[in-house]
Amino acid sequence: MKIIIPIYLILIITLGAILYQEPGLEESMERGVEIYADFCVTCHLDTGEGVPYTFPPLAKSDYLANNREASIHAVKFGLQGEIEVNGISYNSAMSAMGLEDEEVADVLNYIMNSWGNTQNEMVTVAEVEAIEK
Amino acid sequence: MKNSIILSCIFVVMLHYSCAQNIENKVTTPNIPVFEAELLVDQLQVPWGFTFLPDGSLLITEKEGTLIHFSNGKKTEISNVPEVYQRGQGGLLDIALHPNYEENGWIYLTYASPEGEEKGGHTALMRAKLKNNALTENELLYKARPNTTKGQHFGSRIVFDNEGYLYFSIGERGDREVNPQDITRDGGKIYRLYDNGKIPEDNPFVGVDGAKKAIYSYGHRNPQGLIKNPETGEIWDHEHGPRGGDEINIIKKGANYGWPVVTYGINYSGTPITEKTEMEGMEQPIHYWVPSIAPSGMAYVTSDKYKDWQGSLLVGSLAFQYLERLVLDGTTVISREKLMADVGRVRAIEEGPDGLIYVAVEGKGIYKLVPKN
Repeated sequence: MKIIIPIYLILIITLGAILYQEPGLEESMERGVEIYADFCVTCHLDTGEGVPYTFPPLAKSDYLANNREASIHAVKFGLQGEIEVNGISYNSAMSAMGLEDEEVADVLNYIMNSWGNTQNEMVTVAEVEAIEK
Repeated sequence: MKNSIILSCIFVVMLHYSCAQNIENKVTTPNIPVFEAELLVDQLQVPWGFTFLPDGSLLITEKEGTLIHFSNGKKTEISNVPEVYQRGQGGLLDIALHPNYEENGWIYLTYASPEGEEKGGHTALMRAKLKNNALTENELLYKARPNTTKGQHFGSRIVFDNEGYLYFSIGERGDREVNPQDITRDGGKIYRLYDNGKIPEDNPFVGVDGAKKAIYSYGHRNPQGLIKNPETGEIWDHEHGPRGGDEINIIKKGANYGWPVVTYGINYSGTPITEKTEMEGMEQPIHYWVPSIAPSGMAYVTSDKYKDWQGSLLVGSLAFQYLERLVLDGTTVISREKLMADVGRVRAIEEGPDGLIYVAVEGKGIYKLVPKN
């Protein structure tokens, strides 16, 4: 019986550590859902699966995981030229969406924490501001 | 168990047969290409629209808001272009010359405009003349309102008919429940004006209280293709559906094209929008695409330079990044051909005064299709 309490505590702490989210992340992601539905869904589709060889996937994307700055840059200023995502090469153009810095942060927090993507730190408005053309 | 497998197989087969337009929705790639694509104008970002001046040079709109004059291999930026609302699908959009351009010099542009009190933007139509690499005598002819910060569905294409009326399209601005079926609101409409922006006395809703009198047809989603059929003189549009259900329509005065009450498409999430694909009092498309190709730009081939192309329709695909040729028998699409596979997002198509086809592709530039003999 005694052993149950420490096991319980360990479980709770582990679970807490796994589920821990930075303050503000949830709100940011909620706003991001709206931005995503407005600006992104037509090409990248509802669950970020994209269209192979045409529109790169956002779900379980190695590009998003490994290229944080470039990802922010792409959402802020658009993207042109060749990139490789999950082993497939994409060479097309995404024009700048004209989003405000806060909206860039929100939509990235949504994308980067959905559909199998995870990030240790949330994208902040300051971080978006700091990225220049 | 076995029975259920067989039953579901039968169900799938039946579903397959019950879909209208099955044959039309098969796109084939021709074995022998009838042209070679030569990159005429390079390094363009989003060449949204373009047109030919009488001297054969080109005027090209870049979505981000620049107007480019391309003459003898050189690009010159035109100044005094109005401020555009660059957000989502909005920006500098289509460009067209007045049918009597050589006498009056009027150039027409559509663009997403921030003008107005509310935050955001909406589609506007203007005209101006070109002088010393600048627009002059700028006149705002129409500005849809109210503005919204939504990023979707600005339209827009411009075309003139044989009587000299100007038609242009505006998408429903991402507000399908509010705009397209309401003739007192802008968006989700095709508009008809005189060339000076005045509203024709016989526009269909001139006598309707509160209606936007410039509206010619309604119930559209986002038309980014608008042409005059040179054989019949009719105005044809194509428009983006949601997931599935892109359409080609023949535009009739006062008609309702059904969005979002009837559609062949579904939501991006896969949930239905409506069960209905047709309803009395609503027009049916002459063609629809499932899945969506995301059509932009349209040209009707009059030239005889490309073997059997005369009388067929060219449409750009943003989603699948190719040029589509639709072979027509009157108003029926009898086959579809995939051209310029994987070229990039095809945004605009024009038949030049030389009878050649020109194709604008995002991230690339403008291609000239040189016929092969």
